[in-house]
Amino acid sequence: MSSTAPETGGEHKVGEESFEPRIIVFCCNWCSYAGADLAGVSRLQMPPHFRVIRVMCSARVDPEFVLRAFQKGADGVLVAGCHPADCHYIGGNYRTRRRIALLRILLQQFGFDPGRLKLEWISAGEGEKFQKTIVEFTDTVNELGPSPMKGGD
Amino acid sequence: MASTDKVGAVMVVGGGISGLQSALDLADSGFKVYLVEKQPSIGGTMAQLDKTFPTNDCAMCIMAPKLVSTGRHHNIELVTNADIMAVDGKAGDFKVTVKRRALRVDPTKCTGCGSCAQTCPIETSDEYNENTKVRKAIYVRYPQAVPLVYSIDKDKCIGCGICAEECKAKAVVYDQEESTSEINVGSIILSPGFDEFDARLKGEYGYGVYKNVVTSIEFERMLSATGPYFGTVMRPSDGDIPEKIAFIQCVGSRDEQVGNEYCSGVCCMYSIKEAIIAKEHGGDIKPKVFFMDMRAFGKEFDEYYNRAQNEYGIEFVRSRVASVFENPETKNLVVKYVEKGEPKEEEFGLVVLAVGLRPPEDAEALSKVIGFDLNSDGFCQTTALDPISSSKAGVFVSGAFSSPKDIPMTVAEASGAAAKAATEIASARDSLVTKKEYPAELDISGQEPRIGVFVCHCGINIGGVVKVPSVAEYARTLPNVAYAEENLYTCSQDTQEKIKEMIKEHELNRVVVASCTPRTHEPLFQNTIKEAGLNSYLFEMANIRDQCSWIHMHEAEAATKKAKDLVRMAVAKARLLEPLENLTIDVNQQALVIGGGATGMVAALELAKQGVKVHIVEKDENLGGNMLKLHYLPSEEDPTEHAKALADEVASNDDITVHTGTGVKSIEGYVGNFKTVLESGEEIEHGVVILAVGGQEYKPEGEYLYGENPNVLTLLEFKDKLKKGEVKGDSYVFIQCVGSREEGHPNCSRVCCTGTMTAAIKVKEKNPDAEVYVLYRDIRTYGFREAYYKDAAEKGVTFIRFEDDVKPKVEDKGGKLQVTVTDEDTDKEVVLVSDYLVLASGTRPYPESEALAPMLKVPMTKEGFFLEAHMKLRPVDFATEGVYLAGLSHGPKFLDECIGQGLAAVARAMTILSKKTLEAEGIVASLDETLCDGCGICVPTCEYKALEIIVDKKDETKKLVDVNVGLCKGCGACVGACPSGALTQKGFKDEQIVAMIDAALEGVMDNEEVKQ
Repeated sequence: MSSTAPETGGEHKVGEESFEPRIIVFCCNWCSYAGADLAGVSRLQMPPHFRVIRVMCSARVDPEFVLRAFQKGADGVLVAGCHPADCHYIGGNYRTRRRIALLRILLQQFGFDPGRLKLEWISAGEGEKFQKTIVEFTDTVNELGPSPMKGGD
Repeated sequence: MASTDKVGAVMVVGGGISGLQSALDLADSGFKVYLVEKQPSIGGTMAQLDKTFPTNDCAMCIMAPKLVSTGRHHNIELVTNADIMAVDGKAGDFKVTVKRRALRVDPTKCTGCGSCAQTCPIETSDEYNENTKVRKAIYVRYPQAVPLVYSIDKDKCIGCGICAEECKAKAVVYDQEESTSEINVGSIILSPGFDEFDARLKGEYGYGVYKNVVTSIEFERMLSATGPYFGTVMRPSDGDIPEKIAFIQCVGSRDEQVGNEYCSGVCCMYSIKEAIIAKEHGGDIKPKVFFMDMRAFGKEFDEYYNRAQNEYGIEFVRSRVASVFENPETKNLVVKYVEKGEPKEEEFGLVVLAVGLRPPEDAEALSKVIGFDLNSDGFCQTTALDPISSSKAGVFVSGAFSSPKDIPMTVAEASGAAAKAATEIASARDSLVTKKEYPAELDISGQEPRIGVFVCHCGINIGGVVKVPSVAEYARTLPNVAYAEENLYTCSQDTQEKIKEMIKEHELNRVVVASCTPRTHEPLFQNTIKEAGLNSYLFEMANIRDQCSWIHMHEAEAATKKAKDLVRMAVAKARLLEPLENLTIDVNQQALVIGGGATGMVAALELAKQGVKVHIVEKDENLGGNMLKLHYLPSEEDPTEHAKALADEVASNDDITVHTGTGVKSIEGYVGNFKTVLESGEEIEHGVVILAVGGQEYKPEGEYLYGENPNVLTLLEFKDKLKKGEVKGDSYVFIQCVGSREEGHPNCSRVCCTGTMTAAIKVKEKNPDAEVYVLYRDIRTYGFREAYYKDAAEKGVTFIRFEDDVKPKVEDKGGKLQVTVTDEDTDKEVVLVSDYLVLASGTRPYPESEALAPMLKVPMTKEGFFLEAHMKLRPVDFATEGVYLAGLSHGPKFLDECIGQGLAAVARAMTILSKKTLEAEGIVASLDETLCDGCGICVPTCEYKALEIIVDKKDETKKLVDVNVGLCKGCGACVGACPSGALTQKGFKDEQIVAMIDAALEGVMDNEEVKQ
């Protein structure tokens, strides 16, 4: 196994100060958490600014958790679940899809860029996709800069 | 326990998906299982697949939970890297000699960390990836392997000693020797799977010569994210993305030349799948499938085929490819074929050969050692009426070893084999299984949290990147942490003892381990703290290896910071953890079987043979169902007689109560506790339900003069007349797909092609001069049924193919029937004059199914068949626990397949009925009644129907939701939906998750770094 470096997703300089994005990732136990583990087993490298919180199903992610994370200063929140039709709990991820869609609208109304909240389907076999998702989302959050809660845009 | 001379253990030979299912069913119903596998790890062929048809599920995602359960099950012993050397004894008491080849690694010490493979200097081709990739000489077969133990490939190892030096656990044992042991079991299940056909034997396709000709299983690895190209479809010759891909079907199947005349049954579908996935990977890729007959005969397979054509634009060409040549400059491949009599050729960037299934290499050796018969093709011999039994008593078979078959049929058979194996030794149930005893649980109520944190170096896997000592040091500064230490391997046996000591010494009442992933290691640590008297839910893990040190290998500082954050988050949650109780549910150990056809009778008898009291309900006056209408089975046995014999056996069995001439009025309750009222008024209490309500032949009123001309008959009607000698005539026309594969009924009815062959053969046997025509769209005589097709053709039956949307026309010409059909091959109209017209009409569900579905809260397909919990891996289960499905009400199938499913339902049911009580999940939803206003928003979010709105007993004006913990699977979907915060998920409570969020973001709003 060889370690693979991320193409980008490192720290960005915003103004004078360096900006280290804070990202919360909710992973379902069966697919996306396993995909994150597989990324590790495959030694796929990615930026270290995210923290994973494991839940049994992505449908457990109460919109309040997402709002709480933003309130506490998260610059981005990623919710990852099983692919449609792959849900270990049959159809939980469909509920997640609806909730996140609504939540993004809500965030926008609060003056948040909805790009700060991302939903992604990552299977247990998709270590690469986990890596790619983290790299790209870190880039997105870097571009958006610090959360408006912290005085960013 | 009753005294018995039977041994309450089963040996399962072969650890693919079939063996896993048999092992789990048996171990969950009171038997010890030895799972013997040739390879160093279990998983078989399914572990190599990227996606599975017809749902395109990721194979590893759906298989991994079964792999892990098998690996962890305390009543399953994995005997890997092993061969069966000798078998003595008889059914009920076999003595099996097993030789284990040396792994050269001590499995009790290997932690699966993989440092050894990282440093091993020897690279060799990786069989798991079909040699499209390299692996090291010390290796595991695949990343999710179970057991996760490395082994040394002795042929490749140069003995340099680097791995032994690297291994901090000192697990490498170069001079480990093979070992032989004798294992005593009562039954044996054979599930060694299959081998792929060697495509080199079809030299005309250039496999092994041209780089861009690959086999289907190699292509499967190419599609996989863990494959050689990380899921990008590339040409092996130059890494270019091919613009056009040709899929060539029947490579080594239906081929007299190579000696495999049977159909491999799965290749049409897996090629469609691979074409679809290739298209999904790269939208510009144009797949083209060259086939003879499209055999999409399974449940909803035709819809998948239709989608491939209509939605994905995949082209299908009906032709057997003659040869493939490489353009030496471009490495493109020229495919030569004949379409409609015209020779053609076309250039492709990549060619995928759909290789057929062969018996496993060691089939003959196995058959000699164990003493069972193989059929003429080298697969295990079985019969239509006993599809699960080998020729040797006490030895059963499942999966592709008895005939090529797909995963759902394999999984059903695997459960069926478990049922047969269990019946053989039913008297010895629970005699060899162990139940672990734990000390009494410490009462921690009212105590301040005292958390112990154990931080793992994992050799150098974590410690090489993350500064473990500083993480442990940091942990000591966190509130409520009473103790913290670092370990070389937290999972090693000596550390388990240490953890127990520290719990005692420091009066710890919560434990956090910061190491690898909870998916593999949480149960180990939970067990450890349970041994120390703590409730196993007072445990939390921080994943600082897989999701930290391994993915931030070059950022030691950031990784250390992240590890500290992860420990802080875990401690924050641990502080709020509570002991959880696994509630128990009483089980009524009786079964209800609905449907008294072959499937239902077989299920009822098998349950009774295992000592279960069974009620069987049949709406007709007699038991027997469709089996009474069948004629001409392959084995020449008379199904009608057999049905009557089965019915007599059922009626005379003291443990079976027969309720005929009545239907089901209502069913209430849940797993272990159902109450059913019959239309006759009788009430039955039972713990499980097996739905075997059957199906019926479609009556094509108004089509092809059916119902108007007495000589236009359905297949079953015709065979009945033929059997009775009432058929007189010299000319016969059969029309296929009547009421199948058309609008409203888009899927194949599976049995009609073969049914037509046996009828046509019988006609020809009785009257060799008879003119017999079969008008068809695809001949779907899959598996060994291909022999009937060949036999019919050899006997002079003429086959004419018509286009899907140009149905033949039938007219009554004064006593004779005139059938006009356009021959698709020549585009010419053919007029046939016939005495009989036989309509191979499809299988339809009984309308009764529709009434039963809401009673049992189970779903149906749009065609009205019941829809199982998972099309691939749970073919006879429903999401609703305690309700099982078998036979024609699941979808059209043959008698042997119905029997297999009936037996499968028994094995699944016995995982419940073998117990007096069931343990519910600890992580379930629970309700705060004071907050619930009975709005019901949660109810539809529950896939398991565990929620119900009820009237509050304390205040009848108020409504409440009732959580049935017997049905709850603990996903938390309802909790996420509850608007009033009344529902909560034990183990994942709102405040616990919020505490983790807050801990992760501690200090961020104050713009200050957390003091670490």
